[in-house]
Amino acid sequence: MAAVVELEAVGKSFEQFEAIKDLSLRVEAGECFGLLGPNGAGKSTTVKLLLGLTAPDRGQVTVLGLPVPEHALQVRARTGVVPQHDALDPDFTVVENLEVYARYFGLRAAVSRADPTPLLEFAGLLHKRDARISELSGGMRRRLSLARALVNDPELLLLDEPTTGLDPQARHVIWERLRRQLGRGRTIVLTTHFLEEAERLCDRVAIIDHGRCIAVDTPRALIAAHVEPHVVEISLPTRESPQWPIEHCEGERRERVGDLLYIYTPHGARAERWLQAASRYRALHRAANLDDVFLKLTGRDLRD
Amino acid sequence: MTEPVPAWSRFWPIYRRNLLVWRRLAPASLVGNVVEPLITLLAFGYGLGSLLREVEGVPYIAFLAAGSLCMSATMAASFESLYSAFSRMHVQKTWETLLNAPLVLRDILIAEWLWAASKGVLSGCAILLVAALLNVSREPMMLLTIPVIVAVGLCFAAMGLIINAIARSYDFFNFYFTLVLMPMIFISGVYYPIDQLPSWLALVASKLPLAAAVDLARPLFLGHWPTDPLPSVLIILAWTMGALWWAHHLTARRFRS
Repeated sequence: MAAVVELEAVGKSFEQFEAIKDLSLRVEAGECFGLLGPNGAGKSTTVKLLLGLTAPDRGQVTVLGLPVPEHALQVRARTGVVPQHDALDPDFTVVENLEVYARYFGLRAAVSRADPTPLLEFAGLLHKRDARISELSGGMRRRLSLARALVNDPELLLLDEPTTGLDPQARHVIWERLRRQLGRGRTIVLTTHFLEEAERLCDRVAIIDHGRCIAVDTPRALIAAHVEPHVVEISLPTRESPQWPIEHCEGERRERVGDLLYIYTPHGARAERWLQAASRYRALHRAANLDDVFLKLTGRDLRD
Repeated sequence: MTEPVPAWSRFWPIYRRNLLVWRRLAPASLVGNVVEPLITLLAFGYGLGSLLREVEGVPYIAFLAAGSLCMSATMAASFESLYSAFSRMHVQKTWETLLNAPLVLRDILIAEWLWAASKGVLSGCAILLVAALLNVSREPMMLLTIPVIVAVGLCFAAMGLIINAIARSYDFFNFYFTLVLMPMIFISGVYYPIDQLPSWLALVASKLPLAAAVDLARPLFLGHWPTDPLPSVLIILAWTMGALWWAHHLTARRFRS
């Protein structure tokens, strides 16, 4: 299978800050690939490198078979980008945003004059065709931003935190639209720190931290490889005796973060027992998810 | 369908974007670019002119008119390349969006440069039209001030883009207007002949692009050829090319970090 995106031993620094240390990635055609990482891990720099907006100090970036940034313009002509902050043009209406953006791709005559209706329909914005951007909700803006990224019928879609700041409904609509794009054979690369997003959408995810890729696999395989399938979370008031859990779950992997106690176990039945034992506390039993992998691999310190 | 666009024409959709926005906001924009310099021309020309009678052998308003053309082109081009370009670059992130399309920073700068210059030309030509309607000059040769107005627009648009590249907020532009443009207008022979200045200041002024432009525009407006146009043309050209290069250099640096 052909690689749509390939990074080989890429390094990139900005003045004192080493944003990417040594990054190698390969995204196959038709795949939805997630870049996960805490703030400052190097996700946005990776996106910039893929678009040829910045040149790597070391290593090789290849997108759609072309070396970047040397062929950045050809790559961008075949790529759709949904930026983190929609950056829609506030001086134009919904439909004008699509038309004006299409012209940036040199899509004169044929495409420019073509009916933007299918894109508006895709974005669920037919009824808002002539509305100003300021009249749109956050979800509508993001959908328009996504529709705009499709004006050039791109082979690759690049999304920088596509659902950050959206409410759950709006988020689900975006996911559904993105799955439709995958169904049409486009390749998607997205950055996110919503693990749920990566689990629902991505065929494979790369966990990036401190400018390095620390794990790449399918979400399920990552969970299976790094954390036990069952997690019990117990909220223990800080003053109370911390002795309690120890006696009950000797031998299991535990983690204490603030007032939360996490117990990881391969046995569902045990997890249920602890949950009952902890009935006077706020507690829950859930399946392990990418969050646990992510936090295990990148640590629990706050990143600002 | 996505065949590459020839490099020379890539600025055009960006320029056109600005034009489309302007068309919608034109009335408000015209008030700033045309009515304001017009009031200056009339107030000073007729008001002050009634006290002065003649300057360099012509009625004061005829003397002032050529300076006003250049000044209004200067101000309009500067406003556009500072406040408006900055809001597109920094506030609305329009430039970042453009860079996600197959465009480079140079395309954006060329478009913004030509666009800001166009605003200057529009403003300067509007004053020229009014001056003609008021019979301030009846010489057909006054039409030859239009190329001078174009040059002023291009020059100050390029200079504005330098300031735009280093600005952190809108407030920064006050420095440029108050410490650079206003003094330049006062020593460039817009309101009174340069030879009224102390000789050292006159020497400084004569190397400034606005003074060079006024030097070219004033005789043309009054119907005769400038006696020695070449130095003035070269001064404007040098400022424009230098500013354009520097603006590109500084903007590229801004976008690299």
